[in-house]
Amino acid sequence: MRDITKERFADGKPLLRRYHQARWDEPIVFELSSKDERGILLPEVEKGIRDKVGDVLDALPEGMRRERPPALPEISQPQVLRHYVRLSQQTLGADFNIDVGQGTCTMKYSPKVHEDLARSPHAACLHPYQPDETVQGVLEIMYSFEQILKEVSGMDRFSMQPGAGSAAIYASASIIRKYHEMRGEGDTRDEIITTSFSHPSDAACAKVAGYNIVTLPPDKDGYPDFEALEAAISERTAGLLMTNPEDTGIFNPDIKDFVDLAHENGALCFYDQANANGILGITRSREAGFDLCHFNLHKTFSTPHGCGGPAAGALGVTEELAQFLPTPVVACEDGIYRLDYDRPNSIGKVGAFHGSAGCVIRAYAWAMSLGADGMKTAAEVAVLNNNYFLKKVLEIPGASAPYASGKYRIEQVRYSWEELTKDTGVHSEELGVRAADYGVHYWTSHHPFVIPEPMTLEPTESYTRAELDEYVEILRAVAQEARDNPDKIKKGPYNCPIHQVNHDEFDDPNKWAITWRAYQKKKDK
Amino acid sequence: MCTPRPKLGLIVNPVAGLGGAVGLKGSDGVDTQEKALALGAVPLSPARATRALERLAKIKDLFDLFTCGGRMGLEATRSAGLAATVITDPGDVTTADDTRNAAQAMAGQGVDLLLFAGGDGTARDIYDAVGDSISVLGIPTGVKIYSGAYAVSPAAAGELAADFLQGKTKETHDAEVMDIDEASLRQGRVSAQLYGYLRIPRRRRLTQGVKASSDAGEAVAAAVAAADVVHDMKPGRYYVMGPGTTTRAVMSELKLEGTLMGVDVVRDGKLEARDAGEQQILDLVAGRDASVVVTVIGGQGYLLGRGNQQISAKVIREVGRENIIVVATRAKLNSLQWRPLLVDTGDDEVDALLSGYIRVVTGHDEQAVCKVGGLEV
Repeated sequence: MRDITKERFADGKPLLRRYHQARWDEPIVFELSSKDERGILLPEVEKGIRDKVGDVLDALPEGMRRERPPALPEISQPQVLRHYVRLSQQTLGADFNIDVGQGTCTMKYSPKVHEDLARSPHAACLHPYQPDETVQGVLEIMYSFEQILKEVSGMDRFSMQPGAGSAAIYASASIIRKYHEMRGEGDTRDEIITTSFSHPSDAACAKVAGYNIVTLPPDKDGYPDFEALEAAISERTAGLLMTNPEDTGIFNPDIKDFVDLAHENGALCFYDQANANGILGITRSREAGFDLCHFNLHKTFSTPHGCGGPAAGALGVTEELAQFLPTPVVACEDGIYRLDYDRPNSIGKVGAFHGSAGCVIRAYAWAMSLGADGMKTAAEVAVLNNNYFLKKVLEIPGASAPYASGKYRIEQVRYSWEELTKDTGVHSEELGVRAADYGVHYWTSHHPFVIPEPMTLEPTESYTRAELDEYVEILRAVAQEARDNPDKIKKGPYNCPIHQVNHDEFDDPNKWAITWRAYQKKKDK
Repeated sequence: MCTPRPKLGLIVNPVAGLGGAVGLKGSDGVDTQEKALALGAVPLSPARATRALERLAKIKDLFDLFTCGGRMGLEATRSAGLAATVITDPGDVTTADDTRNAAQAMAGQGVDLLLFAGGDGTARDIYDAVGDSISVLGIPTGVKIYSGAYAVSPAAAGELAADFLQGKTKETHDAEVMDIDEASLRQGRVSAQLYGYLRIPRRRRLTQGVKASSDAGEAVAAAVAAADVVHDMKPGRYYVMGPGTTTRAVMSELKLEGTLMGVDVVRDGKLEARDAGEQQILDLVAGRDASVVVTVIGGQGYLLGRGNQQISAKVIREVGRENIIVVATRAKLNSLQWRPLLVDTGDDEVDALLSGYIRVVTGHDEQAVCKVGGLEV
């Protein structure tokens, strides 16, 4: 009898998976529509009830009544089920693969037991307009989670309303504006300073909030150039928006100097802590002197990324800025929780209601299940995993980690395949596509690239050593193939549902549609 | 419908790179070449050209190849196993004239892409012959290359050429051709002047990835930055526009036909001077409200002193440091890895005046703070 356990390793290294993904060639769901086919047949209303109640639709205001039924596909249940499960087999994600390739996203495990909590009727059937006294439980969760975030960050008040990290950054730019307006400097302070390696949302959201954006260069070590800040800061500076560690994974030890200089010039400081996975329980934004910070609950705090949401960007501020937080916030008096709308200096709303309850419930459950010690351990393991990974990846010929050579990183690294590209003509994106033939994915970098031929990897604490080793072996194999058989790489992938997509079509609106309705309009052109 | 096969031209400068390994810093001129050979230099150019061509072997039935006889192309094509039509035959000892003649012959042949193997000198010869009238791409074989018309490696050149010939990438962009003063280089000073622009294929990205925002594209980014500069232009003020593609974008925004390589002067949306020299500029701006608009030139990142000497130390003194507007795309700054920008006006005092940090317009209401250093070390 074969020993199947011995087939997974050779010389202590994991063998590459003989991976092949499903390819269903599945139509669009609208193509599956069959007239009058139904998934649920509603029971007839009894005559007695109908006679008493009449037509309930009469109560609907005229202007809210549909003229035509909604153009939904008509399909029965098993067909719907099969359709979506098939589509799910054609994707990759944190539930499927070693998802360490989505650096900065922090693709850690979203515990399924927390899904039970968030999906229980006690949580899922609540309506945000219910009176406060009927939703004390979820308000208590939000309030309690706020206390946890206060301890984690050192900030005084939090809002859960922003529906994403970007929304939280936009909210903080709005708070900065309101702060200066109330001090009579709203017109003169029209600039926000950020750094070249900060998340693009820092510049983008501040821009949308109406600010002029000034970007600082990196110094030769990869840290933001402090002298550049000295040159850039002025009485026109409203705020400084920074990420630390930045996407390179390098922690700036002089961050407090940046904050002090900004404060000396009357500017506020916002800490983009969307990804705090490597610093929980180790360092806090308050100690560095920041006035505002935010956390992406779908990154560090384990809530699922979903399909780009629903999400939450919890926004924290000092007591002085609490008056400006989005409305409503959750307040507590004598053990009674309520939504506080009486906030005259609030910036208003940046999201629906008071936040995504489902996200907060999951994040709270994660924090409570780990406790303070557990959260710190998670950060330490994430940092350890990342530095183990760094060492292993750099053993692959052609891979490098620009800046801070020889130094440890925090939770992620932006690598470069520049040497390999010079030798072989194969580019980073092509390596990533070929890696998908082994069931993994990696992300290059934000555009435009600073580090050439980039690859940004973030292991988090959720993967075993065996999984990290498997990922490295895949990279090693693909990098070697780039030398031995570059054409094979360039013609990949071979085991994925989709082959290469012709990007030329993306630039021609007559070649794509993002809704069925749009497709109907365009298809006969 | 039957479309004709694309045509690829190949010119190899067999002596490019000759001086590098033996420390002569370049290979211009018969004397230098003879010296290099005497020092035991081995020509690298043909082998590197072959390496690039090997990447085209997989599509050899999809294009027609035109080249020059002997060491200027035919030998490399044979080594790569490709059939080619010879359209010029230079003989044993080749010179820059042969390169130029060959390039013109290729253009006459109607090649869709001209591959040339060499260094900065070869790029200048190609530019002299065909300018930006046809698409070209450099196979790097020279000593450290300052011109942007080259792929990062022979392999990369071959791959990009293959993609271009198959229509996988159709866009082209202007790449700087730099004029290197080899004599200075041998004395340890880099002196690279902007010589011209060649049109090279732009590599198309394979995937954008889930997290990437849409790539604005350099042309669009330059246009946006240019629009910001135009938006802030004051009535009655003179604007001295330096050379470069980003400053050209400013001229396009103003709907003016300036010179890509020269310095133009604009006021109230009108062209006051075209391809002006230093004196003409001084005559216009002396005692008047004026600004200088420059972009970043070359792979070293020069603001002043490399192709815009008309904007001299005198002009800078007249206009004032605070009236220098720098416009560049983020992509350009990224390609320099955000190294300090360089100035070399020939006047130490003015160079020192310009040192420190400067704001660079990179988009609408967007600036980058860049360090300005001295001469490149």
